[in-house]
Amino acid sequence: MAEFASTSLFFGMALSLAAYGVGVFLRSRWKFALFNPLLVAIVLVVAFLVGFHIDYATYMEGARYISYLLTPATVCLAVPLYQQFSLLKKNAKAVLLGIAAGVMASLTVILAMSVLFHLDHTMYVTLLPKSITTAIGIGVSGELGGIQSLTVVVIIITGVLGNIFAELICKVFRITDPIAQGVGIGTSTHAVGTARAMEMGEIQGAMSGLSIVVAGLMTVVLANLFAGFY
Amino acid sequence: MRYLKQFGIILGISFLGEILYHLIPLPIPASIYGIVLMFLALMTKTVVISDIQETSRFLLDIMPILFLPAAVGLLDSWPALRPVLLPVAVITVISTVAVMASAGLVTQGVIRRSKKGEEEDHG
Repeated sequence: MAEFASTSLFFGMALSLAAYGVGVFLRSRWKFALFNPLLVAIVLVVAFLVGFHIDYATYMEGARYISYLLTPATVCLAVPLYQQFSLLKKNAKAVLLGIAAGVMASLTVILAMSVLFHLDHTMYVTLLPKSITTAIGIGVSGELGGIQSLTVVVIIITGVLGNIFAELICKVFRITDPIAQGVGIGTSTHAVGTARAMEMGEIQGAMSGLSIVVAGLMTVVLANLFAGFY
Repeated sequence: MRYLKQFGIILGISFLGEILYHLIPLPIPASIYGIVLMFLALMTKTVVISDIQETSRFLLDIMPILFLPAAVGLLDSWPALRPVLLPVAVITVISTVAVMASAGLVTQGVIRRSKKGEEEDHG
């Protein structure tokens, strides 16, 4: 199996698509937040590779062509930002200050806790972009010298946490304004949390979607600054 | 031909992003320059939504799977993660709550203050 896989160009890609397909199927069957299609796909592909003693390089032989589309897809994030721009202009002050507060809280908490737990610099910069959308976070992690694969996994788990606990967190902190709920969810838990915000209401969903890209862009600038602190 | 044109525009802007990445000595990924360029192109109507509609929707739709190969790299980075698994888990949970609460509370505070200001103006 391992030998065949190493000579196949389509093995990595086919395995990836199949695993993701299983994830999508599980999600459509059961509305269980842990059945995030990407999370399921990661577990399945890792289990398959470990089970059949296939190394990562062999898998990447075909799978790297999937990553090739990442930059063009990330560029397309400008489209939802453009479409929601009027919403941003209408509440500019509250939304921008809220997102800025969230981004600062994220970087400060990660800095403080990394110092507290004596994490090394690599692990610290791996975690810095953990609240923002994977598309931007993976790039930030790479530029700062972090471990990109780990950044991706932590970002997805953050999103799943938001998807499960968004309503509870809003309730505990008495965040009742729908715009504020949306900004809070989008800034902290990107697209995966936004799926939950959309179920809470139309305003929550739109504000959350808008916050994803704005928080991502703010983090790009500030994470570079914070990377020098520890 | 429609899809070829749409894909061409998106790839062209990605390429311009790469050029900026090489010209500007900042640790900002090429894709970020691409987002900003695409946003400016849309705002100035250099590119209109219908020029890229279907292809951008497709790319945004398949986006999660594009992260899969990178995430599977966990196989190779597991030795680095293993000794710090617990702190990383704690940081992930606490920072997520802190970010959601602070972003939400600040937004709510500013909205309420400006509403109060308006009422006083009218009162």
